[in-house]
Amino acid sequence: MLELNPQTIAFFIFAVFGLGGALGLVTTRNLIHSALYLILSLFGGAGFFVLLSAPFLAAVQVLVYIGAIAILFIFAVMLTRGMTRLKEVVNRQWWASAAVGAILFALLLTGVILPVWGDGGTNPNQPPTDLVATTEDLGVALVDGNQYVLPFLVSSLLLTGAMIGAIVVARDQEVS
Amino acid sequence: MVPLWMYLIVAAGMFSIGVYGVLSRRNAVAILMSVELMLNAIIINLVAFWRYVTPTNMSGQAFAAFVFVVAAAEAAIGLAIVLAIYRNRRSTVVEDVNLLKG
Repeated sequence: MLELNPQTIAFFIFAVFGLGGALGLVTTRNLIHSALYLILSLFGGAGFFVLLSAPFLAAVQVLVYIGAIAILFIFAVMLTRGMTRLKEVVNRQWWASAAVGAILFALLLTGVILPVWGDGGTNPNQPPTDLVATTEDLGVALVDGNQYVLPFLVSSLLLTGAMIGAIVVARDQEVS
Repeated sequence: MVPLWMYLIVAAGMFSIGVYGVLSRRNAVAILMSVELMLNAIIINLVAFWRYVTPTNMSGQAFAAFVFVVAAAEAAIGLAIVLAIYRNRRSTVVEDVNLLKG
């Protein structure tokens, strides 16, 4: 049912990146390795965005997530030195956490493979059209008064507040 | 193209692994990384539904962009709090942060 074209192969490679990076992140003892696995997983996500014809989001994923957030995590790991070599990386309830994760995944899987999908269902297995909104459309939508200009402005306020808040919280108190 | 449910399954797997990481890891930095993983799975879901259901409408990508913004803000604030806790208590293990515990 699934023809083997380059797109499918790329999908599986990125799926391995995403899921393998995720598994490595939660199981590795060393936090620097965890951050590198996070980068691998986010890179898989960027590949998905390319396959889903959202090139702007793929670029933002690489620039913001990998270039800024993951590097921020690496800095945080280096600034909290001595915390990378904990004897116990997981808490005492890790088996319950694993059960919660497995049950959640089973529920989501049930929801996904229920027969609402496909030709007889309400949701498509294939895109309805090859005509895709472009990055230019996204830019217009973000500043259009009838669409997303208010959330756009609120998100810039949120970023400003987060920046000021991060500076205030992380500042050394003795400096002042 | 690859059918939609395959994207959803990969995203569901990433989200569940992130839930496990949030609930089980002891280091606050690892917990924040797992939260980023969950947010990334959500963005993949949003973009996949956008592409397969309403590819000519901009809503899916716009929402994904806002999730990016919230994720960036969350990482900055979270790591600032972790650094402040580490400076005060010399530890980022969440079980050591029990000042408010009765």
